[in-house]
Amino acid sequence: MKYIIAMIRPERLDAVKRELQKLEVNRLTVSSVAGYGAQKGHLEIYRATEHEANLLEKVKIEIAVEDQFLQSVIEAIKTGAKGKDGYIGSGKIFVLPLENVMRIRTNETGPDAL
Amino acid sequence: MAIEAADTVWVLISSALVLLMLPGLALFYGGLVQRKNVLSSMMHSFVAMGVMALEWVLIGYSLAFADGNWFVGGLGHVFLKGIDVYSVTGTIPTYAYVAFQGMFAIITPALISGAIVGRVKFKSYIAFIALWGLIVYAPVCHWVWGGGFLTGEALDFAGGTVVHITSGISSLAILTYLGKRRGFGVDPLKPHNVTLTLLGTGLLWFGWFGFNAGSSLAANEIASLAFITTLVAPAAAGFVWMALEWHHLGYPTALGFATGILAGLVAITPSAGFVTPMAAIPIGAITSFVCYNAVGLKERLGYDDSLDAFGVHGVGGIVGALLVGVFASVGGTGLLLGNSSQMLIQLQGVVVTIVYAAAGTLLIGFILNKTIGLKVSESEENIGLDKTQHGEVAYNI
Repeated sequence: MKYIIAMIRPERLDAVKRELQKLEVNRLTVSSVAGYGAQKGHLEIYRATEHEANLLEKVKIEIAVEDQFLQSVIEAIKTGAKGKDGYIGSGKIFVLPLENVMRIRTNETGPDAL
Repeated sequence: MAIEAADTVWVLISSALVLLMLPGLALFYGGLVQRKNVLSSMMHSFVAMGVMALEWVLIGYSLAFADGNWFVGGLGHVFLKGIDVYSVTGTIPTYAYVAFQGMFAIITPALISGAIVGRVKFKSYIAFIALWGLIVYAPVCHWVWGGGFLTGEALDFAGGTVVHITSGISSLAILTYLGKRRGFGVDPLKPHNVTLTLLGTGLLWFGWFGFNAGSSLAANEIASLAFITTLVAPAAAGFVWMALEWHHLGYPTALGFATGILAGLVAITPSAGFVTPMAAIPIGAITSFVCYNAVGLKERLGYDDSLDAFGVHGVGGIVGALLVGVFASVGGTGLLLGNSSQMLIQLQGVVVTIVYAAAGTLLIGFILNKTIGLKVSESEENIGLDKTQHGEVAYNI
């Protein structure tokens, strides 16, 4: 099992969700986060003064998958997050090994609990 | 006629009340859009206070109220020429009248912004409302109140035709060029903060007392009548909307109740000073029922009237304008008192206004679309208009 963490642009979330729905992946966690990578910040204007906003809004998606679905889920996230142009700041996908999962209600563990 | 102090006070206070409807409208619409578009949506209402106020005193007032022909006023009062501090209109100083009427010119184009949020270029929006104020608003205002061909014929107490039908129909017409928001019908384009919308509804209602009761232009019994009908009709309309939602969907939603109130306010606008409080109840209730069914049309027919500017203002304005012809009993008589001719006059006013507002808006849209363009690029729309049009974000972490 693998644990996928993807950081993407907020405006691409709906597109990523659509791509994942095509694969019938309908278990995911989404959070609003802030950070930056290569993109650095951008300028915002308040009261005629430019301020560097160096923490950018991003969306973090977390999905746990069985190994055989890993590649197709990554492709789906990539397709949705990149859109047509995929300029700098489109995000990153991290893949972590996942030791175990337990479903609280039934005590199932491992892939059965996904 | 001599200036009456009480009338002057009431019209000045009413003018300020109507101006407060703009921040109210900004909150109403701002709460209904996504986080990324809240500032741009609110700016649509706020910038109208700047653009339209200037346009009104420079030329709009003249086109609406100076001596002209059946269709449009003349240029006799351009730059408020011929009006000074001693000028009198009715029983109030002319400056008070210009200010009061100006508030209506300010809010009407801002109502249209509800249909086009999230996808219109800001500079195009400014150009649009400026042109719309001259080409559509001023002539229709002249027809109904300024000595045009509907003056003294059609009953429109506070602007059911002039404000709500024009803005509602124009909302639908401008969508010809702006189309749908990306993701309409696919992604959930959910309201980001309904609490703002409720606060906005409250401010709109508060301001509407000035809008309707101020339209008597005097501190008198008709102002009091318009005041109480403006209390009763929205109350009935809010209840009807809430009951319909409760019955159909299982929940009485806050947004539904607020929308019902707004439909009731639109409904009573043309008849506020012409009907009794007991007639205001069915006017609010009937209009709410019709609007409730009208807002569902956009999903079925596939047009994206984003915040229901047409569904509430257009449809509510039409129904309200026709119901004056049924219920009028003060300063005019309607169907219920055996006068069937008023209904025909109301219908004529409605039809002419629909056709003219649609044609005028299509013309403006065509010109802007061919020149500076109306719609933002796909990526700007995805990122949101707050960042791309204004360089700001509403909520910082």
